Amino acid sequence: MTHEDIMERLTEVFREVFDDDSININNRTTANDIEEWDSLEHINLIEAVEKEFSMRFQMREVSGMKDVGEMADIIAERAGSGTKKKKGFFKK
Amino acid sequence: MKELEYPFDSAWILKKRRTIKKMLLEDGSNRIKKHIAVLGGSTTSDIILMMELFLLNFGIEPLFYESEYARYWQDAMFENHELEEFKPDIIFIHTSSRNLDFFPENVSCIQSEMDTALEEQYKHFEQMWEKLYETYHCPIIQNNFEMPSYRLLGNSDAWDIHGKINFITRLNCKFYEYAQKHQSFYINDINYVSACYGLDQWLDPKYWYLYKYAMCVPAIPDFAYNTVCIIKSIFGKNKKVLALDLDNTLWGGVIGDDGQEGIEIGHETTLGQGYEEVQHYIKAHKQLGVLLTVCSKNEEENALLGLNHPSSVLKPDDFTVIKANWNPKDMNLVETASELNLLPESFVFVDDNPAERAIVEGQIPGIAVSEFETVEECIQSIDRAGHFEITSLSVDDAKRGEMYKANAERAKFQKTFGSYEEYLTSLDMNAKITDFEPIFLSRIVQLTNKSNQFNLTTRRYQLSEMEDIANSNNYIRLCGSLSDRFGDNGIVSIVIGECIDQTVHIDLWLMSCRVLKRDMEFAMLDELVRKCRERGAVKIVGYYYKTNKNAMVKNLYDTFGFTKLKEFENGDSTWELKTAEYKNKNHVIKVNEQEMA
Repeated sequence: MTHEDIMERLTEVFREVFDDDSININNRTTANDIEEWDSLEHINLIEAVEKEFSMRFQMREVSGMKDVGEMADIIAERAGSGTKKKKGFFKK
Repeated sequence: MKELEYPFDSAWILKKRRTIKKMLLEDGSNRIKKHIAVLGGSTTSDIILMMELFLLNFGIEPLFYESEYARYWQDAMFENHELEEFKPDIIFIHTSSRNLDFFPENVSCIQSEMDTALEEQYKHFEQMWEKLYETYHCPIIQNNFEMPSYRLLGNSDAWDIHGKINFITRLNCKFYEYAQKHQSFYINDINYVSACYGLDQWLDPKYWYLYKYAMCVPAIPDFAYNTVCIIKSIFGKNKKVLALDLDNTLWGGVIGDDGQEGIEIGHETTLGQGYEEVQHYIKAHKQLGVLLTVCSKNEEENALLGLNHPSSVLKPDDFTVIKANWNPKDMNLVETASELNLLPESFVFVDDNPAERAIVEGQIPGIAVSEFETVEECIQSIDRAGHFEITSLSVDDAKRGEMYKANAERAKFQKTFGSYEEYLTSLDMNAKITDFEPIFLSRIVQLTNKSNQFNLTTRRYQLSEMEDIANSNNYIRLCGSLSDRFGDNGIVSIVIGECIDQTVHIDLWLMSCRVLKRDMEFAMLDELVRKCRERGAVKIVGYYYKTNKNAMVKNLYDTFGFTKLKEFENGDSTWELKTAEYKNKNHVIKVNEQEMA
């Protein structure tokens, strides 16, 4: 998956979550650029992105990401690794 | 909206919530407005958003009060002008095992110390409920506690008094005892919901550390739906009827092709066991007052043959109406509804065939349709949807099926009479019309909150409001029950008149549709006028508030002999009757003459 692919799919997620088809994002986009993007919507956005790319962010990433570019880098590294940790009672 | 019905796609709902909300608000449906206060022990923002979507979909438009983060106890216990002004219709206390402050994690505690800690923890909540009820007089919904993520004592954590699981289990039981003794107090069973969801995922600590949510965000729709089921039930939005397909729904195989010996039902075969459990589950609903009906494409003879299978748990007698023919199912459902004097939207349709489900869903707005693919999914699909969520159980509930069936017999009987009045007289009807007696209050509230058609004002009351009315001298209250030679219909009509000077204003007048055209409304009116005269009231004022369900009583006051005072553009009208001019209208029902069984 190229960086462009990721940005394209991310744009779609952003548009769905914020219910605004005019949103365009780039590497330097931050919460300051999108009016509805507050701490509450951030939770929802993270969930939707994780679902879209079948991956999970770590806690420190959720609170520490600088901009969309950094988000895309993490996705590139981890996409498809699974959204759910399969934890059976006696399994690792 | 189909997407908000169980089983729903939680991730999709979370993602699209803005769009969904917009769509719901723009769909033009009439919703009742309710004030809901959410007092949280953890973050509640997304919980409220999800509750809002589900409530809107159940026909309730909520306005929320949200406590500051984790201030549930302070908000409840101390003077709170904002909440007082908000006037909550329901208070929901969203606490979790994260809010257990009194558990001593100390294995050297002796029994009495543990008991004291438990009592302290319990009192922390109990005094809050008491305070809330005293201040706001509205129903309270309280979460119980989910199991913790670790077990310090391993398996002993469950039974050893020092175990947190033991502590939580005992605390939950104390909550239940309180619920058993208090009618306006409801438990939101998150202990069950979290188990169904998967406790490990539910408790994913990341969501607590990052956002202070007591559960993982993807579980919020499940949690919100479960909570909303209690609320919609309190406000009278439960379903009333199960309409069931037969072939491959209640038994395996096609009775018309396979014959009685060929269908699978009972414990002899693998599939047969599944269908047997489904039948057990469905039959148990009769005790809850849910009506069972058949809606099947079959010859009626074959339908009965299947239901008379020796292993069939459900027998023809268990059904209030059996429609087995080759007409489209939506037509049969609408006919069944009109025979029962119920609205088709109060039905839940259960059919293994997705094509039939799609047609019914498309033709009958508001009907619920259970989604399942195989017999082993059927029970869960009906159960989790919460169609019949119980918030009050009255003695009448268990008998409701019988009552409706007696109605069907009455209809047959009617055909042999010359005039309708002759028929009514022959029914040997006895009414008991009394003041609101305390033991009937919960049934009165229940009936008040779910009657839509024969209801002049469609006013809803909570138990606490009804208690206030029952104890006040400013009201004339009538509670009417009716029995006849075929059976007892129980409480069927409620009237509340507010006395102001020498005028009585009718706040509420409703009647169950199962006693339509029996002149019960005249018996109630006679009694109302008698009571008015007793109090020296000279005038009765009646109000008709139009809804999209109560057209049948649009001209009721006219047939009562009232004079129309005013008709409004929106279809509402007001009416007046001088008590001096009134002559009794009921000639077929004996009123208060015999002790009712």
